[in-house]
Amino acid sequence: MIIPHAKPGTASKNKTGSWRDQEPDINKNKCIKCGMCATHCPEGAIEITKDGAEVNYDYCKGCGICAEVCPVKAITMRKIKK
Amino acid sequence: METMEGSKGVADVVVNCEPDVVACFPITPSTHIAEDLNKAYMDGKLKTYVTVESEFGAISTIVGGSAAGARSFSTTSSQGLALMHEVIFAAAGIRLPLVMVVANRSLSAPLSIWNDHQDTISERDSGWLQLYCETNQEVIDTVPLAFRIAEELMLPVMVCMDGFYLTHAVEQLDIPTKEVIRKFLPPYNPKIKLDPENPITLGVYAKPEHYQDFRNDLDDDVHAAREKIKERSKEWANIIGRGYGDGLIEKYNTDDAERVLVAMSSVCGNIKEAVDELRANGEKVGLLRIKSFRPFPYDEVKKALTGKKHVGVVEKDMSAGAFPPLYVDVASALYSETVPLSSFIGGLGGRDITVNDIKELFKKLENEPVREWILKRELPLK
Amino acid sequence: MEFKREDDLFVSGHTACAGCGAAIIIRTVMRALGKDTIIVNATSCSEIFSSCYPTSAWKVPYIHVTFENAAAVATGIAKALEAKGNDHTTVVVIAGDGATYDIGFGIMSGVMERNENVLYICYDNEAYMNTGIQRSGATPYKAWTTTSQVGTVRQGKQEWKKNLTEIARAHNIPYIATSTAGHLIDLTKKVEKAKKIKGFRLINVLSPCVAGWKYPPNLTVKLAQLAVDTGLWKMYEVENGKETINMQPKFTPVEEYFKPQKRFKHLTKEDIEDIQNKVNDYWKNGKGEIYG
Repeated sequence: MIIPHAKPGTASKNKTGSWRDQEPDINKNKCIKCGMCATHCPEGAIEITKDGAEVNYDYCKGCGICAEVCPVKAITMRKIKK
Repeated sequence: METMEGSKGVADVVVNCEPDVVACFPITPSTHIAEDLNKAYMDGKLKTYVTVESEFGAISTIVGGSAAGARSFSTTSSQGLALMHEVIFAAAGIRLPLVMVVANRSLSAPLSIWNDHQDTISERDSGWLQLYCETNQEVIDTVPLAFRIAEELMLPVMVCMDGFYLTHAVEQLDIPTKEVIRKFLPPYNPKIKLDPENPITLGVYAKPEHYQDFRNDLDDDVHAAREKIKERSKEWANIIGRGYGDGLIEKYNTDDAERVLVAMSSVCGNIKEAVDELRANGEKVGLLRIKSFRPFPYDEVKKALTGKKHVGVVEKDMSAGAFPPLYVDVASALYSETVPLSSFIGGLGGRDITVNDIKELFKKLENEPVREWILKRELPLK
Repeated sequence: MEFKREDDLFVSGHTACAGCGAAIIIRTVMRALGKDTIIVNATSCSEIFSSCYPTSAWKVPYIHVTFENAAAVATGIAKALEAKGNDHTTVVVIAGDGATYDIGFGIMSGVMERNENVLYICYDNEAYMNTGIQRSGATPYKAWTTTSQVGTVRQGKQEWKKNLTEIARAHNIPYIATSTAGHLIDLTKKVEKAKKIKGFRLINVLSPCVAGWKYPPNLTVKLAQLAVDTGLWKMYEVENGKETINMQPKFTPVEEYFKPQKRFKHLTKEDIEDIQNKVNDYWKNGKGEIYG
């Protein structure tokens, strides 16, 4: 007997970072740690640490929302050559 | 023993099974069961009763209840069951041990509120176990059994009773008490349920590399349910002092019979009467009643019918353009045997199959096999 | 505002499109709800991108059954909790506009009428995105979808958007609110408030969709904000019958909202004027129609 089910949080094994063709570059000197990028990231790939915003590139799909919502323009999107 | 309507007896035994979540939408002829359960809730005898807006809401609500680890029940008929169809399959696929009493009724069109088996027969491929009962007492005795089997196997069970013939019949009935049922049916406490302490994801999406394996597992488990049904039927019969065959089939003068009719549900009462009358004249006739249509008892049917001179399958359903479902399953059970096999479709939309009609069918079994409708046309169709 | 990814109850690794509004909404909702939550998900993009066996993006109990029955499944769960004496766990539906405005509407109406103890979050991306951008009752007037195509005789959806929030309001449920994927503080506050209320609660959240609205993925949040600023999406809540408008429109021209979205690229000057007049009439005279 198998009850079809999935274990909690196991989607984190999907490294969706491989999808992106651009990625955020965070200028830590400008970052004010407001958390706008982390709050709006659809992937939940951004963490605010004591040094500022940190992107987990395993999951970042490169949408660019973080750069758009950053109030101090600390994030720029750079193209990735594949 | 108490004199009451069949529907009231069903509601009473459901209450005694102590379900946590009950959700019903009224539809003839199951309506009285829903009404009596509502009265039980209003009297404080049920923990919940959801007055849903449709049968689709009813089945969906008990799916939610069951997934959260609650014993859950509903009742319906005909169009109501058809409306539930999508969730019927989903409930079995998610492996939820729901129990539903279906008061069998024909499907539209034309509209008919009267009895036949087209509604439940049309859900036969869903993964639900289907137990067809001959009498109200058998329905009442089968409900606790259905909960026990469902919860052990994590498979939903339909208890099928003929609309009107049983639901509206008033007779002497014995309702197993809570104390008796508790001896047989332990509290439901599944390992896998929606619980914030132990979160899991149910109702997953499966890709081609997994989907078929889940369906295969469901099929294997429904097949394997035969032994469990027999085992638990015997155990329960010992407790209440009443039993119905081996739980899968019931043989009535089958062993030494030359001609046998195979059928399900209340028409078997009339067949038994016809058998008695013909036997009194020295005719070697018998009945094989199928109680468990899903899983289908192939081995038991084969064993009971091998060597018979002629077998006829009587059923209240059809599969347009093909042999009807019960006949097909009996034929499958007998595929390696040379048993002459006839198909009789009748009793659709509440047309009675009388003792005399059945005697006629036994007479036909003296001749070559046929595939016929028991028509008894009263008025011409224009 | 310190923030740790490991605290998320909706985890990274889900397979939504880059820039997905629904993913932003779901994560925000989960951050506000906390662990003591059971999720019922209607068939939708969010179900496909979060619960594909053998993985799950959910760290709370989750069930998906069918497209149209999430409100009833949630009712059953709420009843099971009630029967077992659990008065703390929040039962939450997450469903798209297809499930909410259209196919599941009858069931949801019954659940609202009975005031079942369910919090219902609709993420409204204004079409059936999961099957490939077909129109829904939530699709706005004139928008292109694959079943409201731009033809030589007719262009885009011919009907105005269904006003689900007001229909829900007519059921006299204790809490109704709107929000968007671009107003996450507002959304968080509303979820936190709704969580504390018993009975049926609806939060209808506008959810820009990159694939369906056809705009660059970085604009999801900005478009959601423009929908409110133009006055097309009304930000309000109704608590026990009392309405509060949470954010007044800035009357930014509706054209600014339409421009980045290719689903509106066929709109004529007259079309835009017509919609602008209706929005003005709504906010200034209490007449006419808006989108939300």
